[in-house]
Amino acid sequence: MTRARRVWTFALALILVGAVWELYKVIGPEDGGTVFGWTILPRANDTAMPHVWEMFSRYGQPENRASDTPVLVVVLRGAWFTFRIALAGLALGTAVGLGLAVLMARYKVVERGLLPYLVLSQTVPLIALAPLVVSWGGRLHVGAFEWPRWLSAAVLGAFLAFFPVAVGTLKGLTSTPPASLELMDSYAASWRQTLFKLRFPAALPFIVPSLKLAATASVVGVVVAEISTGLAGGIGRLIIEYAREATSDPAKVFTAVFGAAALGLVMAAIVAVVDLVGMRNRPREATE
Amino acid sequence: MNSPPAGGEGVSAVEVRGLSKVFNVGRPDAVEALVDIDLAILPGEFVSLIGPSGCGKSTQLRLIANLTEPTTGEVLVNGKPARSARLDQDYGMAFQQAGLFEWRSVAKNVELPLELKGWDKAGRRARAREMLELVKLPEFAEHFPWQLSGGMQQRVAIARALAAHPPLLLMDEPFGALDEMTREHMQTELLRICGETSTTVVFVTHSIPEAVFLSTRVLVMSPRPGRITDVIDVDLGPRRSVDTRETERFFAKVTEVREALRGVQPTGVEPDIEQVVEEL
Amino acid sequence: MFSLAWPPLVFGAAFLLLWEFAVRVFDFQPYFLPAPSAIWDAFRTNTSLIWEATKVSGLNALLGLVVGTAIGVAMAFLLARWRLVDDLLAPLAVALNAIPIFVLVAVFNNMYPVTSEVPRRLMVTLVVYFIVLVNVARGLREVGAVYLDLMRSYAASDVTILRKVRVPHAVPFLFTALKIAAPASVITAFVSEYFGGLQNGLGSRIVSNIALSNNAEAWAYVLGACLLGLAFFLVAAALERTATPGGVSARERVGA
Repeated sequence: MTRARRVWTFALALILVGAVWELYKVIGPEDGGTVFGWTILPRANDTAMPHVWEMFSRYGQPENRASDTPVLVVVLRGAWFTFRIALAGLALGTAVGLGLAVLMARYKVVERGLLPYLVLSQTVPLIALAPLVVSWGGRLHVGAFEWPRWLSAAVLGAFLAFFPVAVGTLKGLTSTPPASLELMDSYAASWRQTLFKLRFPAALPFIVPSLKLAATASVVGVVVAEISTGLAGGIGRLIIEYAREATSDPAKVFTAVFGAAALGLVMAAIVAVVDLVGMRNRPREATE
Repeated sequence: MNSPPAGGEGVSAVEVRGLSKVFNVGRPDAVEALVDIDLAILPGEFVSLIGPSGCGKSTQLRLIANLTEPTTGEVLVNGKPARSARLDQDYGMAFQQAGLFEWRSVAKNVELPLELKGWDKAGRRARAREMLELVKLPEFAEHFPWQLSGGMQQRVAIARALAAHPPLLLMDEPFGALDEMTREHMQTELLRICGETSTTVVFVTHSIPEAVFLSTRVLVMSPRPGRITDVIDVDLGPRRSVDTRETERFFAKVTEVREALRGVQPTGVEPDIEQVVEEL
Repeated sequence: MFSLAWPPLVFGAAFLLLWEFAVRVFDFQPYFLPAPSAIWDAFRTNTSLIWEATKVSGLNALLGLVVGTAIGVAMAFLLARWRLVDDLLAPLAVALNAIPIFVLVAVFNNMYPVTSEVPRRLMVTLVVYFIVLVNVARGLREVGAVYLDLMRSYAASDVTILRKVRVPHAVPFLFTALKIAAPASVITAFVSEYFGGLQNGLGSRIVSNIALSNNAEAWAYVLGACLLGLAFFLVAAALERTATPGGVSARERVGA
């Protein structure tokens, strides 16, 4: 599909989602309903499901009775705040992921011993790790460096981001064509030379898609960290606050949710640019 | 850095003594790939290894290249043990798949062995240009492998293999993936290139006409266990051209190789066991 | 077998010993970093409570996993059959993959009564659905051209091709998807609990213990969560082994 066509179908899909939303509001039960005794139908009233146009108009209105700033500005500021931290988390996570992958590719023992725990680490809820990271950071004084609060959130973002990078890079580093490895052998190349001149470039097709996953993971980690460490200023905090006011101001929470969605899309776009630049000289594979 | 390889006059390019290679030694699924191989290849020779699948010709090549270790016997390349020769980059190798790095330009692909040897940028650039001129692809220096045809990619692979001017070239069915016309053209080109660089070549192939056209000597191998059964000198002279393939002499040599492969003595009339069984 | 098992066991044991040692030697306060022994004690003391919470989160994860897989497989078939559906869904799938999907929980919580478990289950279903859909659709579609040519030379109908070629080809992809989706369902189940609603699952218990600085108790619940995730993954892996005899082929994963 050409890029233009992709944009059109995306817009169409969004419109369809909006149409289904409004359609449900028309035909759906006002107070929710049951199907075979299971309460799985959502409530269709205006408080639970505000109209689509209400969600968009809410952006132009002031945030709340206390301030005059329109919601759009507040949401953008929050998204920008979270975005920068998520980027830092992605960078950190990528560095750690790459390093671990090289270690595991070099030493099979490390791969067998460490990989199960890396998988397990992803089931540990960030909620539990967040206070640990904050209190350790609080004690860290290296020279003039004081651990800023946002760094805890970045570390937690990195915690979720490193895993896809580590797994994807490991897969890539170990999928080098054996004939090329033999070629490097015939040149009596060292492991380091083979790593930088062959394995890494050959692994890029595996690393780049994993970066896409890592970007989203970093955003998730940072948002959860914002919520659990009470870090103000980001979009995570906004979502929680607005969710609490959902009964009195139903459309507001959607503004923050869309903001978070837009943030995710921007991160994905950045990785797509990295993809284009990093793979620019390679033959185009017909994947998607 | 940019020094010519060691090894003086009168030193064999390749010497193999009492070589054997067994895979999965001591296990029930052990395979005797090669048994009792002795051969000496002199500098400047073009030697082909030909035989049916499983005769060990590729294994033989890999033993010379020190990509695998022998079970018994020894391999000497350029007067040194095969391992030293590999560490000193005394040979270049070409495989059936060109194996170019798709993320590097053609010129950078040719520069690869020189990078690994620590050559400086200017030296590498110059040598790569020289090699691409040799294989007649200078205008493709900044192209990428996927933009080239199979034959062109193989030419780049040969340029790469000879970039450090090694005295020995090892080739494992490099033209196997090409169509017949391109193949014949590449054979002529290869002879020209090796002639200009005075390289010794050990060449593995499935094709009888290819072996005869290219070589000064053809080593016929048989499988289970792999051994050299025949050595056929090919005296078609040093300057071979497109017309060589259509001479009587060429056909006679091809027939000689073919019959050696079938296990029939070239001059005798000894019947083949299979023929006898068929007639019964 | 043992040669495969010893590295992780050794690494794990070494890590736990180092942790315990560090806590004792540096005299870390429990609110800073609890010792493994303290966590284990808390786990033993609260086992029944942890089990209750695990059942709640586990049920949410399981229901979402089952329903998500069923819908995902059904959609995969539709996708393989009609290009139009694929064209419409693909951009949505890409977008939803890019956003922090759990923010939708806040929206769902609003759409349902506050005591409903449906928002979490819906969340898990959505996450699982996309993982399964992407992998199974790939398996159904990416059959080698040579197989399709062969079947067409037998004048086989599309349905026959589906049954005899595409579905068997897609089965390993389904199990790859399950191995990713199983732990993902557990994680999604308790992340969904952070945003409000009923506070009876593992996620909310961890949050409340953290808020009260009961770190050892919180980590005991975390241990329960890890065990739940591990259990789901092992069941998925076991299912894979029974359904694909002769080993799993080295297929590429299509990540969530």
